[in-house]
Amino acid sequence: MARPWESAPGVPFYRDPKYRGIALQIGLCAALGYLAYAAIQTASENLARSHVASGFGFWNVVAGFDISQTLIAYSPQSSTYGRAFWVGLLNTLVVAGLGIVFATILGFTIGIARLSKNFLVERLATCYVELIRNVPLLLQLLFWYNAVLKALPEFAASFALPGGVLLNNRGLFLPRPLFSDGTYILVMLAAVILLAAFFNKIAGRSAGFWGTIAVRAVFTLLIVVALPAAFFILAGAPVEFDYPQVGRFNVRGGLEVLPEFVALLVGLVVYTAAFIAEVVRAGLRSVSRGQTDAALALGLTRLQTLRLIVIPQAMRVIIPPLTNQYLNLTKNSSLAVAIGYPDLVQIFTGTVANQTNQPVEVVVITMLVYLSFSLITSLVMNFYNARYALVER
Amino acid sequence: MDAPTVVAPTMKGTALAYVRTAPAAAISPPTATVGVLAWFRERLFSSIGSTLMTIVIVLLLIWSVPSLIDFLIVNATWTGSDREACLPSQVRPEVGACWPFIGDRLAYITYGSYPIALRWRVDTFFAMLTFGTAWLLWLDAPRRDIGAIYFFVVLPVASFMLLHGFAPLGLAIVDTALWGGMMVTIVVAAVGIVTSLPVGIVLALGRRSEMPAVRLLCTLFIEIVRGVPLITVLFMASVMLPLFLPDTWSPDKLMRALVGVALFSSAYMAEVVRAGLQSIPKGQYDAAHALGLSYLQTLRLIILPQALTVTIPNIVNSYIALFKDTTLVFFVGIFDFLKTIEAARADPKWATSVTSATGYIFAALVYFVFCYAMSRYANRIEKRLAAGENR
Repeated sequence: MARPWESAPGVPFYRDPKYRGIALQIGLCAALGYLAYAAIQTASENLARSHVASGFGFWNVVAGFDISQTLIAYSPQSSTYGRAFWVGLLNTLVVAGLGIVFATILGFTIGIARLSKNFLVERLATCYVELIRNVPLLLQLLFWYNAVLKALPEFAASFALPGGVLLNNRGLFLPRPLFSDGTYILVMLAAVILLAAFFNKIAGRSAGFWGTIAVRAVFTLLIVVALPAAFFILAGAPVEFDYPQVGRFNVRGGLEVLPEFVALLVGLVVYTAAFIAEVVRAGLRSVSRGQTDAALALGLTRLQTLRLIVIPQAMRVIIPPLTNQYLNLTKNSSLAVAIGYPDLVQIFTGTVANQTNQPVEVVVITMLVYLSFSLITSLVMNFYNARYALVER
Repeated sequence: MDAPTVVAPTMKGTALAYVRTAPAAAISPPTATVGVLAWFRERLFSSIGSTLMTIVIVLLLIWSVPSLIDFLIVNATWTGSDREACLPSQVRPEVGACWPFIGDRLAYITYGSYPIALRWRVDTFFAMLTFGTAWLLWLDAPRRDIGAIYFFVVLPVASFMLLHGFAPLGLAIVDTALWGGMMVTIVVAAVGIVTSLPVGIVLALGRRSEMPAVRLLCTLFIEIVRGVPLITVLFMASVMLPLFLPDTWSPDKLMRALVGVALFSSAYMAEVVRAGLQSIPKGQYDAAHALGLSYLQTLRLIILPQALTVTIPNIVNSYIALFKDTTLVFFVGIFDFLKTIEAARADPKWATSVTSATGYIFAALVYFVFCYAMSRYANRIEKRLAAGENR
């Protein structure tokens, strides 16, 4: 950084930038300190006059309101506001987690499609990106919820999707797998994933037959799919599905997914995918044409060029803005309030703040949650950058 | 071309043979490289995969485009005075978009509940804003410095007098609770645009300052605001401001939302400006100092003109984001454009099965036109700025 306003000899102290800087900072801090003091003073007067409790005592008070989607045990009669907070946080994380997975898949597909040689593919992808990016997310969410999901047929005339899935204006109904022993399934899943990861690590070192991507993909698939399937058949197929059935007054059985959840997830995925597509396109285009030409000249196949030359270099450009988009998706999931999905903001900043009449504490807690999301993400990003950044000499 | 059949000795003395011993067979020339046929082959049917994609997309378009046109135009209702016109009947089993609904509610979604007799004031505001925007956006316009003063100083004051009212000029006060529709959306966006640039510049300079206290405060503000969703900033502004300010000040609902939007957009703008400042080489500061310019002169004459010019595309992009984000004032009870559409849609006078879709499609169209125009503009500026490098 240039320091052109450095102190010079013979300049009186009141014209010396160093002392001016110190004076400015002291003045600024004093002014802000006074403002904060005055604000807190006024706030405490206002609070005292309106007899509103302050502090975080409400955390252990029974909430008394019901929540339409709870991933952990929760009952309106006995659960506390603290419990409601965790329910909301988990609901936010579920929709954000699933949203990130689907938005990445859709976004990469569209981003690659925008660079396609095929005119129709490229045009369609461009139209998608331009249309979605230029319409507010809130409007899109309202559209998905009120104009699409709410306009679906009644449960009696549900759409039957393949695989026993039902779709109607009360939501999405999936078959629920019934396991004779849940823990045993989880242990097996973990073992399979570990085995597949271990295999990939070992095979990745080999330059020959085992190292080729096709062989690794096939064997990984075998480990992940065929091995558990074989075990299942050997154990006498202990899994059954509870298929949703159209009953007299509602859909019975199955795994019910709220229409609010479906609308929020679809809206977030469709919106964020357009931004991810732009990130991916920019990343792929940042790898200069010469890299591809050189790789082809060395005799690498198209696929090898993509895998060994283009993608590793593009990923370096793609990853930082991509994580930014993940963070945006998580923050945007707070728009759930508009359609009534019980996420952190809807439960906590909405219902809890209203019931306790302590909005300041509640909003501060909510902000801290989102801030810690971004803090964790930026820590991970710094670690990533330190490890993968291009070392320039 | 001669085939390399030479056997080259390596350093160890063992022989290294080239793989190819005979020239490769010549590839036949392409049948066509220009013209319609070549374009089709190259851009639609270059490989099996590409051909399959083309067929799939054509089928998709055949399936979707006609039904979209049917809904929007062919089956749409064009005249009528209430919901009866948009209901399916024996004669018309398929109903499309209900356009008279938009026509009937157009005044409401433009002005909200602003008194009808005073709506000329809103129209004047729209005209003044359009004039100022055009002056600033047209890069070759005369006296753009006066344009900037008009936009950032004269316009805010005049608009406040016009919209809110100003007794000494005989303009009656209109309560902001009556404001609504497109007018509020434009006001919120304009306040965000007008405040975010100067505040963002100050914050960006503060973040790059050498004074630790200034740097820390600016960084903290920027990072905290950027780390939380806008909706929480709006909630914060709407619950905290009345609490922390004396009763006599008590800002109204719209004012609180405007403060929230201004804080939020300034933090984002600060990062855009900072990126621009970082692109200015150190030599520019050194040269300015060597010429004897003071810090403020350096900023005003050397650094900011360059830094802001290179970031115009990014500034416009963050204005697009801001324009879309104005919809979030919805949550603090302000009747912006989207909220008036929501309210109109729920009105029993027009409630049919197609009213929601019609309202949302219209709203999407309006937002799209604004945002797409801005993004085209940003693109054009980007091309113009790069012109020097693409010679």
